[in-house]
Formats: sequence, structure tokens, C-alpha cells
Amino acid sequence: MMDLLIEPFTYSYMQNAIWTCMLVGGVCAFLSCFLILKGWSLMGDALSHSIIPGVALAYLLALPYAIGAFFAGILAAGSMALLRRQTKLREDVVMGMVFTTFFAAGLLMVSVNPTAVNLQAMILGNILAITNEDLQQVIWISAICILCLLLMWKNLKAVFFDEVHARSIGLPVTALQVLFFTLLSGATVAALQTVGACLVIAMVVTPGATAYLLTDRFGRMIIISIVCGVLTSGLGAYTSYYLNTPPGGMIVTLQTLIFLAAFIIAPKHGFIASSMQRRRA
Amino acid sequence: MGKNNPMIHLEHVSVTYSNGHEALHDISLTLSAGRICGLVGMNGAGKSTLFKSMMGFVKPSRGTIHILGKPIRHALKKNMISYVPQSEDVDWDFPVLVEDVVMMGRYGHMNFLRIPSKEDHEHVRTALERVNMQDYAKRQIGELSGGQKKRVFVARALAQKSQLMFLDEPFTGVDIKTEEMLIALFRTLAQEGQLILVSTHNLGSVPHFCDDAVIINTRLIAQGPIEEVFISEHLEAAFGGKLRQVQLGGYDLHDDEDTRSINVFSDDEHPLVLYGEQGQKKIVNKREDASS
Repeated sequence: MMDLLIEPFTYSYMQNAIWTCMLVGGVCAFLSCFLILKGWSLMGDALSHSIIPGVALAYLLALPYAIGAFFAGILAAGSMALLRRQTKLREDVVMGMVFTTFFAAGLLMVSVNPTAVNLQAMILGNILAITNEDLQQVIWISAICILCLLLMWKNLKAVFFDEVHARSIGLPVTALQVLFFTLLSGATVAALQTVGACLVIAMVVTPGATAYLLTDRFGRMIIISIVCGVLTSGLGAYTSYYLNTPPGGMIVTLQTLIFLAAFIIAPKHGFIASSMQRRRA
Repeated sequence: MGKNNPMIHLEHVSVTYSNGHEALHDISLTLSAGRICGLVGMNGAGKSTLFKSMMGFVKPSRGTIHILGKPIRHALKKNMISYVPQSEDVDWDFPVLVEDVVMMGRYGHMNFLRIPSKEDHEHVRTALERVNMQDYAKRQIGELSGGQKKRVFVARALAQKSQLMFLDEPFTGVDIKTEEMLIALFRTLAQEGQLILVSTHNLGSVPHFCDDAVIINTRLIAQGPIEEVFISEHLEAAFGGKLRQVQLGGYDLHDDEDTRSINVFSDDEHPLVLYGEQGQKKIVNKREDASS
């Protein structure tokens, strides 16, 4: 029995996969606390799809894929901002149009040149088949994200809560917002490898949403969110060994299960607590 | 105006937005420390643009703004300006407690990592006590009443230890008790040497608590002590046909040859009542519910 349980750890590729998933899960969970408070959740989705052509092109030119992803992300964000300013189209329309266009371009590039990158790995993610160079990139990106967030989270909190006040105490508001979106693109690129483009959105939304139901303090929300993100990602990667599946589906399913549990039993904002409150009132 | 310490000095400030709309036109004014100043004008008259340009959000297309003789950027770095937002501009579902919000007022005084010192905690406590909210320190901000919410943000401004406090429509959605308390607090702060600048479209309350007023309608209409600027002529220029105006005079009011008349201005909130020669000079009734 014990042998069976530790079996995944006897393979170095499984060890890598589990650690990397936990790392990426933690970074995404940290970012999710900010993202869900601004109504920008779909921005994560848009970004994850938009960076596909960049990644494909980077593979084609044998560049680190993070660079391609980064430029594609900036290009997508820029075209959204441009369309938004020059037309009277609503934000959701602009977002929906731009990111599908980028995604389509990515699909085209990959189909025309199938050797460039494994399309399925990109859309569904496959951490088990990750190459060493890609693994290093994921670790670097995650480490930089974590460092920036640890140093800046209070400033970011002030900016997200009240921009005008943040500026009145001398914070560089625009620079901090750009930093946030850069970190978000970085984390999205990293998560692409672990859970794939389709499920990135869950990684940068669900842990934060779960933590939001459990606390009224931002600091605690971050801790709960990270714990939730790290545990589900590790456990998801681990169990996927037995189910013989890519870990993405497992990770996101676990995150949703925890969210559902929080939704029902959260002490103040949960379903049971609020219906009891209603009965008392 | 500018009697003792000129605090804010605007010279020929115009603001034109990128869509070509001119929000402010050639505004020059000087506000001094130790006063409560009301910024009065209709919605869309440029009050918030003036606020934004004094806080460096909006760059004037022409003219200059100085705070204590220094550019705005410098004033922001030195934590000289605190700001109390309009209630509609705040996300009340944000997961922060009352004490967290007030602590954010201290960020500008903290180190790079924003780790609060004992002194910062002390400032937060006294700020909360000054607005009588110390018992609510551990509440999430969305659970408070309108008046309590406003007091929390005033406490944040207090904790910042600024020299200038900007308040955007502070009495909207606030109970009378809080309003009276805040006005008393503004008086104390002004005596301590701060400049309190309050934007409002609520005319009736202005003579009740302001020392000075700035009346704008894209252009500067009048600026100075309340007795001098709060007269029918200026208010008509600022509000045009947007105000309900009732004038009572002659035989409607007196049974002798008295030429004084009563002017009532109302924007369907607190009415402003002026009484005197042509309804211009003396303010009789400041606020009908001031004593409650």
C-alpha cells in the first residue's frame, strides 16, 4: 500500500511535475486575490488565449517561449485598449473579439507548422512531458512573480482599493497597474504549461474566490488562497499519475470542490450561514 | 484670500480633455491655510476636474498649480494632501476591515514594505477615536451605515497627517449626527492650521460651515469669504436655471415700505435662504435643522 502511495515520487519527472504545479498554483492563487476584486477575471482568460501565437512563433524561431508569450500578451492588451478608445464598442465585445482572433492565429500557425509545438500540450497543458528548458523558464517566471508580489502586495492592495488615495500618498499607480498585468501575463504563461490555455482562467480565479468567502481581511485572503492553490495543484498532479491523465483537469476539479465546500460552510458568507441569518432576521 | 499662508495657488489654469471638452477655463485662485473652503458648482461645472488637477491626476493644458510654493508631485511625495472619496467611488465589498483602511492612510509614512510601526498603530487608534469609530475597528467596511462609512475615510485622512484635506461631497448619504460631528472636526482641523476643501452642490449647508467659498461654472465666478461671495448674483451665474429660486419681497413680505426681500435657492436638498436688500447681503437662516 505504502509503496503504491509513494510510487509517483520515485520518478523524477513526477517529482518535477508535482513541485512545478505547486509553485505555479501558488503564484496564480496570489494573483487571483487581486484579479477577482476588480472585475478583471476574464482578462486572465483573454490573456491566456492571446499568448498562443506568441508561444508558437517563439518555438518556430527557437526563442524562449516566455518572450513570445510576453510580446503577444502586450500586443493583445494594446489592441484591446486601442479598439476600446477608438470605437464605442463595449469592453466584453472588444475582449471577446481580440482574444479569439489571437487564438485563431495561434491555431493556424501551429497547424501549418505542426512540428513547432504540440498543440494539445498547449491547450490542455502537459506538465508530465515538459522539457528541462521549459521547466527552468516556469521556475524563473514563478520566482520573479512571487518576489514582486511579496514586496508589492500592500502597494497593489492600496491601488486596487482606492486609486485616488493611492496617488495621494505618492504611489506610482500606473506603474503598479502595468506591473500587475505583466505579472499576470507571466503567471499565465507558466500556467499554460501546467493546466493549459483553457483552464488557466480557473487557476487565476477560483482560489481567490474561495478565500474571499472565508475572510474579510485581505492579508488572510492571500494566505488562504495560496494554501488552496498550492495544495490543489500538488494533489492534482499527484493523483493524475494514477488516473493517467494530464493534471490540469484534476487540479481545477479539486479547486472547484474546495470552492463548493467554502460556498456551503463558510462561517459568514457561506450558504448555510446566510440562510440561518435570514431565518433569524 | 491669501491673508496668512497661501496653501494652494492656481494661476490661469485651463483643463481641456482629449475629446476637446474644456472642463476648466482660466482659473486663478489662492486658498489659505486654517480655513474651511467650500467648492461650489453644478454637476459638470468642473468641481471634480479642479479636484483632480489639484491632486495631479489631470494635467492642466495651460497654467500652473503650486502647493505651498512647490509643484504637486512634491506635495504628494510629502503626504501633504489627503483625500476623502465620494461614497459611490468606494468598493464596499473589498475585504478590508475599518482599521486596515485607516492604516492605508499611514502607507506614505512607512518603509518600502509598508510594515506598520507602533507609532503607526497609535496614529490609527487616535484617528478612529477622533471620529468616534474605535468600537468598529474590526468590522468589514461594507457592514457600516452611511455615516460610519464616511467617518472611516475621514479617519484615514486624519491618520495621514496631511496639511490639506479634500472631501468630495462628504455629506451625501450621511446622517445629521455625523454631519454635525464632521463639521465640528473640520473646525478643529482648520484651527490646527489645515486647509479643508469641500466640494458640494448642496448650497444650503455651505454658509453653515465654510469660511470661504469658491464658486465655479467652468470659469471662476467668485472666490473669497462666504459673506462676500455667497450672493444671488454669483449663485445665479453658477447655477443658471438649474436652481429653484423663490423671491419674496415688497408687499408679499412686509406691510410697510421695507425693500428687503427673502431669496430661497433650492436644488431639492437643503434650501439656501438669503434675506436683505435685494436678497443680497445678510444671511438670515443658515440651516433650518442645524439645531437638531
